[in-house]
Amino acid sequence: MNNCLYCTYELESSITWYTILKRESREPQFCEECTSRFEIISGARCKVCSRSLYHLEEQFVIDGLCLDCHRWEQNPEWQNVLSKNLSLYTYNEFLQDLIARFKYRGDYILIEGFKKMLLKVSTELNFDIAVPIPLSSERLFERGFNQSEAGLVSMGLKPVHALSRSHSEKQSKKTRQERIHHEQIFLLVDGMDLKGKSVLIFDDIYTTGSTLRHASRILKEAGAEEVSSITLARG
Amino acid sequence: MEVNYLSLFKRFFSSQDTIFDYSSLNRNPLSSFDFSTNLQQFLSGRALLFEELSEFHEILEEHIVHGYAGWFQGLSVKNGQYICGRCGNCDKHLFTEFPCSRCSHSCVYCRKCIMMGRVSSCSKLFTWTGPTFQFSRQLNPLAWEGTLSEAQNSASQQAVEAVEQNKELLVWAVCGAGKTEILFHAVEKALQNGKRVCLATPRTDVVLELVPRFRTVFPQTEIAALYGGSDERHLAGQLVISTTHQLFRFQEAFDVLIIDEVDAFPYSADYSLQAASQKSRKKISSRIFLTATPSSLLKSQVKRGKLNSVIIPARFHRKPIPVPQLVWSGSWEKSFRKKKIPPKMQHWISFRLQNSIPFLIFFPAIKTMEQALPLFQKLHNDIAAVHAEDPDRKEKVVSLREGKVPGLLTTTILERGVTIPRLEAAVIGAEELIFTESALVQIAGRVGRKADFPTGDVTFFHYGKTESMLSAVRHIKMMNKQAREKGLVDE
Repeated sequence: MNNCLYCTYELESSITWYTILKRESREPQFCEECTSRFEIISGARCKVCSRSLYHLEEQFVIDGLCLDCHRWEQNPEWQNVLSKNLSLYTYNEFLQDLIARFKYRGDYILIEGFKKMLLKVSTELNFDIAVPIPLSSERLFERGFNQSEAGLVSMGLKPVHALSRSHSEKQSKKTRQERIHHEQIFLLVDGMDLKGKSVLIFDDIYTTGSTLRHASRILKEAGAEEVSSITLARG
Repeated sequence: MEVNYLSLFKRFFSSQDTIFDYSSLNRNPLSSFDFSTNLQQFLSGRALLFEELSEFHEILEEHIVHGYAGWFQGLSVKNGQYICGRCGNCDKHLFTEFPCSRCSHSCVYCRKCIMMGRVSSCSKLFTWTGPTFQFSRQLNPLAWEGTLSEAQNSASQQAVEAVEQNKELLVWAVCGAGKTEILFHAVEKALQNGKRVCLATPRTDVVLELVPRFRTVFPQTEIAALYGGSDERHLAGQLVISTTHQLFRFQEAFDVLIIDEVDAFPYSADYSLQAASQKSRKKISSRIFLTATPSSLLKSQVKRGKLNSVIIPARFHRKPIPVPQLVWSGSWEKSFRKKKIPPKMQHWISFRLQNSIPFLIFFPAIKTMEQALPLFQKLHNDIAAVHAEDPDRKEKVVSLREGKVPGLLTTTILERGVTIPRLEAAVIGAEELIFTESALVQIAGRVGRKADFPTGDVTFFHYGKTESMLSAVRHIKMMNKQAREKGLVDE
């Protein structure tokens, strides 16, 4: 496929002996125009959640953490539950449309366009196993795939289904307070032993960090040494 | 890619068969059953995914068992090629696989129509197979006091005739002829006969503009406005006003299908949209095409007597269409690189600024337009630029209309649908491929639309004349000549 994965415009490519001899089509990718619309999070970032600290007022930054992460870390119950989150891009309008098409319209292959960046970022983290955020069976039927698993698979990882979930309303329809304080919606799959393991989880968006922390907590309680995460977007 | 669509296109234009094969339709024999009229009304003439029927999930199965609903596979394979049962896509680059958790297999899906929800190997498209819903015959649906001009009237009569006799008709009406009014009596006739009508257009902007006009003149009719993100998808709609994309969801639904701006992007360039329009109409039905700039294909069908046509060569205000001036302005790209506006262009703009004449300047590409914008802003600070994905597009056009900005730089996105009193227009780089004959005719059609200001200047600045530019000028002169001969202009 020599067209942009997203806008389907033909990719500009130089013809070289390599491209002629290699014959098989190239890996799916985004065109330059689309790539330029992703906002890489650059400069000072929160040490935990990788939110850009650039636009934040001084009183919202404490010891290199954003105020949200500072609050999580102040709470003994949640301290160090999630050691680090890395997000590829700021959740701008463009990425919002792209993720909607991926997740809700079901255009699975879009995740392949992030493969290189995901692999690059994953080298910054230390992990032995990869665990997807589970979907309820209703939601899984509706979407036909789990976006979290799709991300891990695109990185060439073999997802370990350590978590399951009881059905609950869509996250995006909840307010911040509801999300942060809702009860644990994840369960450990019977017989999972994560003693001494470092775990990587993947999700499409980090918004309040509540989903990732609830998942991490279960994993830690099951013996995981540390849990880190990657997301496409930082909301 | 081209080849696939082309063969497909030929297939459905050469015969009445459609590429959509319903022989696989899974239907049970009809048995007596107290069926849901809501489902009947909603699903008649539609083919929808399970997910799109969420309100009817509980009753769907019993309707299938009793033979009132049926389904066919979302994707089929013909000669080793996948075909999407919804959009007709058969371009192999637009199919890909994913690990499907519904069927636990690797499922192939169509990316062409993915924005309407995924059609994959394990998807089914559901349709109504019971007695078709009969829309009511409306005695007096049209509440319109206006009158038609002489030229509009003859087109209107032919449109009514096309509806009555289930024929096809091309209405070739110049920009500003008043195309919408021509349809009123044809739609009225259809509604009186209990027919279902669809007015489709390639652009959402146009749907949004047409809906309130039709709601005013057909106050008792259920009108459904369908476009991406519309909240009226649940309505059956005896009159459906829709983007051409939404036709993918219909199947043998309409007695009358009217396609407005039939030459506009993406309809003109996308054979699957044309296939969808064919799929959406009943076997016995009428189809009316409306355009100011018919494609050579449509024109040749008219010439060969395969398509009836009616031409309206004059505007409703009975003044000729302004003929564009062709002005050589050297290598405009080089000038812009040197941070200069070519002198002739600069002169054109200064004149408009001094006399407070609102103007549009059309550019061949967003990039060149954005590079040039600061140069134009040196002439006047408030000059702004718009393109297709500009979120403030509507507001900018409104500020031009209200005189808050003196003029706009634009891509071809504003070639249609803009009516601003006293407006004048220029094209920069008129020799570029994007400025086809039809684009240039449409651009010229922006000028002199109001009866109070029926004239104005249109200039194509170029670096070498092209056939498209000359054809556009010929096209406009020919229309003006015909209008004079028929006595449709006052001079």
